[in-house]
Amino acid sequence: MSDNVLSGLAEIVEEVAGVAADDVTAEKSFVDDLDIDSLSMVEIAVQAEDKFGVKIPDDELANLKTVGDAVNYITSNK
Amino acid sequence: MTSGIEVVITGLGATTPLGGDVTSTWDALLAGKSGVRPMTHDWVEKYDLPVKIASQLVVDPTEVLPRVEARRLDRSEQVAIVASRQAWSDAGHNDDTVDKQRLAVIIGTGIGGAITLLTQDDLLETQGLRKVSPLTVPMLMPNGPAAHVGLELKAQAGVHAPVSACASGAEAIAWAYRMIMSGEADVVVAGGAEACITAIPVAGFSQARTMSTRNDEPEKASRPFDTARDGFVLGEGAGVMVLERREFAEARGAKIYGRLAGIGTSADGYHITAPDPEGVGQSRAIAAALRSGNIDPSDVGHVNCHATSTPVGDVAETVAIRKAIGDHPVLTAPKGALGHLLGAAGAVEAIVTVLSIRDGVVPQTLNLENLDPAVTLDVVAGEPRKVKLDAAVNDSFGFGGHNVALAFTPA
Repeated sequence: MSDNVLSGLAEIVEEVAGVAADDVTAEKSFVDDLDIDSLSMVEIAVQAEDKFGVKIPDDELANLKTVGDAVNYITSNK
Repeated sequence: MTSGIEVVITGLGATTPLGGDVTSTWDALLAGKSGVRPMTHDWVEKYDLPVKIASQLVVDPTEVLPRVEARRLDRSEQVAIVASRQAWSDAGHNDDTVDKQRLAVIIGTGIGGAITLLTQDDLLETQGLRKVSPLTVPMLMPNGPAAHVGLELKAQAGVHAPVSACASGAEAIAWAYRMIMSGEADVVVAGGAEACITAIPVAGFSQARTMSTRNDEPEKASRPFDTARDGFVLGEGAGVMVLERREFAEARGAKIYGRLAGIGTSADGYHITAPDPEGVGQSRAIAAALRSGNIDPSDVGHVNCHATSTPVGDVAETVAIRKAIGDHPVLTAPKGALGHLLGAAGAVEAIVTVLSIRDGVVPQTLNLENLDPAVTLDVVAGEPRKVKLDAAVNDSFGFGGHNVALAFTPA
């Protein structure tokens, strides 16, 4: 798993949702562990698209349950 | 009152162009300070707007709220949250003091999330759909301030958002009265919030020729009842009060600022923006407030006026006051200092009225130097006046012909 992608994603999550970047670790669920709602997930996805140069279509976004899911998706699609 | 129910005020909160809370606002008002300052926004020059002044918050809500919370809220919602937290805490409430199904929130706004609407429209135009925030709708909807406060307090007796232009804040307090009197709620957090100092409202009000253009003397621009008045000054802020059924408040040992004894509402049925010059609808609202509170007009020592510093409106209001109450009440118009907070005005000025009763003092109407000869009532000017008050009325009127009068009495 890419540490650069993880730390970049963690920065976005902190900016959008106020979760401390250190708490944004691979095994965490966005909804259940980080308390991020569907509206914030859209913002996070848009910022991640810009930051990493990937496309995250809505049907893919729905599958990204954990931070690790997102890091893996971004790493293999950028 | 046949029902035996009384409505009392137990908590106050505000953020205004005179101060970041109720005490600083009240002190600045009595000290004769003005909240009006030049607007430094780039759009003032860009569009060459004829109005270059506004009554602007002294404490920016983003300085008070956590960053992430603030970015999810329109400015009108931010000020509502700030004022509500103050009022809730001032009332001595916490998570356990009231059954949430007996708690309501009613916060009105005149314009709603105009800044969000315009900012997001600009993003859509310049950067496309992807840049539009998914929070756009909850940030721009006019029930947003009420909804956010209701959610924070988990209020479940009802969350409402009256929209009646510059009467919205007062209408929220009138609605709170009705909910408590009808038995729908024991505690209601009610008030108004407004934050729309941005290009299109300023341009629109300017084009309607309703705003002061005294740009070279900002602090003198808002001058209700003065012969040289030339329009209102746009302001921003929020005022919120906690209202409770008296028995409920007393049972929990709450301090009581005063009583909301009666309320009256009416509509002019006359013109979309101009008040009826005969003040018929306004006087009916005032009379209804006194009737519902079993208050004899002779007992009303003071009227906290809506007077916005427009040539037509101020005089019409005094005609209405004479008609409904007589020529004995002592008048003041806090908009001389505060500017016009639109949907928040009625709530902030209701708070001022409650404090006038509590402290026995009526603030001066700032900038009232030469009383309009068409006004034949006693308007406080120059400095605050000490007056013991048995009852006081707060007027609020709005574009659309909405009239609201609130009648307050001592605790």
